[in-house]
Amino acid sequence: MNPVRHAARLGLRRGLAEFRQSMTSAEDIGFQIFFAVAFLAVVFFQRGSTIEGTDMSVAMATLPSLVGLQIAFGGIMGAAGVLTIDRGDGTLLRAKAIPNGMLGYFVSRITSAALGTLMSMLIIFLPGLLLVPELAAVSLWNWLYLLLIAAFGLLATLPAGAIIGSMTKSPNGLFLYVMLPVMLVTGISGIFYPITALPEWVQWLAQVFPVYWLGHAVRWVFLADTGAAAEVAGVWRLHWAAIVLGAWSIAGLAIAPGVLRRMARRESGSVVAERRREAMQRMA
Amino acid sequence: MTAAIAESRPAPLGDGPAIVVRDLRMRYGTTDVLHGVEFTARRGEVLALLGPNGAGKTTTIEILEGFRIRSAGEVSVLGTDPAHGDERWRARMGIVLQSWRDHGKWRVRDLLHHLGQYYVPYSTPERTRPADTDALVAAVGLGEQADKKISTLSGGQRRRLDVAIGIVGRPELLFLDEPTAGFDPQARREFHALILDLAKTEETTIVLTTHDLGEAEKLADRILMLAGGRIVADGTADELARQVSARAEVRWSRNGQHFVESVEDPTGFVRHLFAEHGEAIGDLEVRRASLEDTYMAMVVSHEATGPDAAVAGWTGAVQ
Repeated sequence: MNPVRHAARLGLRRGLAEFRQSMTSAEDIGFQIFFAVAFLAVVFFQRGSTIEGTDMSVAMATLPSLVGLQIAFGGIMGAAGVLTIDRGDGTLLRAKAIPNGMLGYFVSRITSAALGTLMSMLIIFLPGLLLVPELAAVSLWNWLYLLLIAAFGLLATLPAGAIIGSMTKSPNGLFLYVMLPVMLVTGISGIFYPITALPEWVQWLAQVFPVYWLGHAVRWVFLADTGAAAEVAGVWRLHWAAIVLGAWSIAGLAIAPGVLRRMARRESGSVVAERRREAMQRMA
Repeated sequence: MTAAIAESRPAPLGDGPAIVVRDLRMRYGTTDVLHGVEFTARRGEVLALLGPNGAGKTTTIEILEGFRIRSAGEVSVLGTDPAHGDERWRARMGIVLQSWRDHGKWRVRDLLHHLGQYYVPYSTPERTRPADTDALVAAVGLGEQADKKISTLSGGQRRRLDVAIGIVGRPELLFLDEPTAGFDPQARREFHALILDLAKTEETTIVLTTHDLGEAEKLADRILMLAGGRIVADGTADELARQVSARAEVRWSRNGQHFVESVEDPTGFVRHLFAEHGEAIGDLEVRRASLEDTYMAMVVSHEATGPDAAVAGWTGAVQ
């Protein structure tokens, strides 16, 4: 038996088990539903209006952008947030104490990030089908494209999230170094507000990050026929989406293993205990 | 000794000492926390690292676990330098820490079974791995909690689960860091019984840290007392007690007059006393300084005046 493949399989099994656990946990479900309701509220209030010059609903235009954001968010938070929490409660140290446990741990986290992202997309799309009639007309091929984009998006964002998560010391830092930047980037990425209405330098900045390109790619899947008037160049630029997301993937995959190894090497019983003591002090 | 350290491949079961530590030093920045620690642990031995907080116990055990890289010295754990231990080496040891709060959503049996699976590739004819999940759940007294979520366990139950996870791979060597910190007396007694049973039935070498002398006396074959990053005593509880009580206070009366004297050999002294005065001797009392008194004095001194004074105080008491 090859211990490495064996541990990878165990990681996969663990990812599935933990996904199942989160699907039966009121806390986790509540979190998912909260976001779904917030997203859907936006879509709901836009359902009556159409985009100027077309007969397409604004809702149909917004939904793909939200899905693009969810993929980016699932990747970044799925790695950074989870890594910070798992270091705090000793999950990571437990993995370190077990043969090939670290490998199993990372495979499980990638699995659960992928399943979590898939689930949050379903939570948007299922009620979305009722609110946005155009969705029912989307072809099977386009749904498959969407899955491909989601996979590519996770590849671009998970390593980046893991790097940020390795450098984030506490849940407070999580807000400052993860949530806040993600929200800022989201704000300029044409998800909630047309990117073409922003100053040109902001548009350039937004196009450095995966969020715009994930939104762009998902919009292409659903809105290809209605034109790219709201996009930066006024046309679909899938090759650029592939280049930017690919660059993030390659850079992330090149840097993340070293950063993760260094982070993991520092974990020990006294480090976890000290972190806990600090957390207690913050609460007091 | 040197051969055991130099050997890099894992030694077969029962071959050579489990742990060899020579001139182990640890320095953080400009602060030395370990000043040349030396000891050896035989296979199957239960060893307690005893000492006050800040004595260097946790640093020592984390170096042995391979979780911390030493500044200098030679260390061999199961025939391998822990700084270069691979996964095969890792599979031969179990680690139980005090600060774990992980996997709260898992159920007791599920987690134990899952983590045990990682040891399957490391099973050998002499030591089949992992241990049977249900038998292990019962052995640590969590039979009734087997299907409960881990977040609902009490502190004592949680720690017993940690021990179960620590031994699910049937380790040749088990590390326990302050295993009973925060336990009530009942939980502590049950935990001690569990550890003693484990040492007996599995022939596991156990290294535990504690600041509780009673716990060290109860569990350990041998006690290593640490203070100020040095080993100040090494021996069985009896040997330590004898070292401490080398001098004793003898009180007696003769013809209504009371005497007291501190002597090195109370038995000889008393024999001499009777030989000389016979029936005239009364109210005889021989009092040895207890290990506990001396240890407590060192702990207090360690906290109040620092490690150096404590080490000096202890050494003075022993000589």
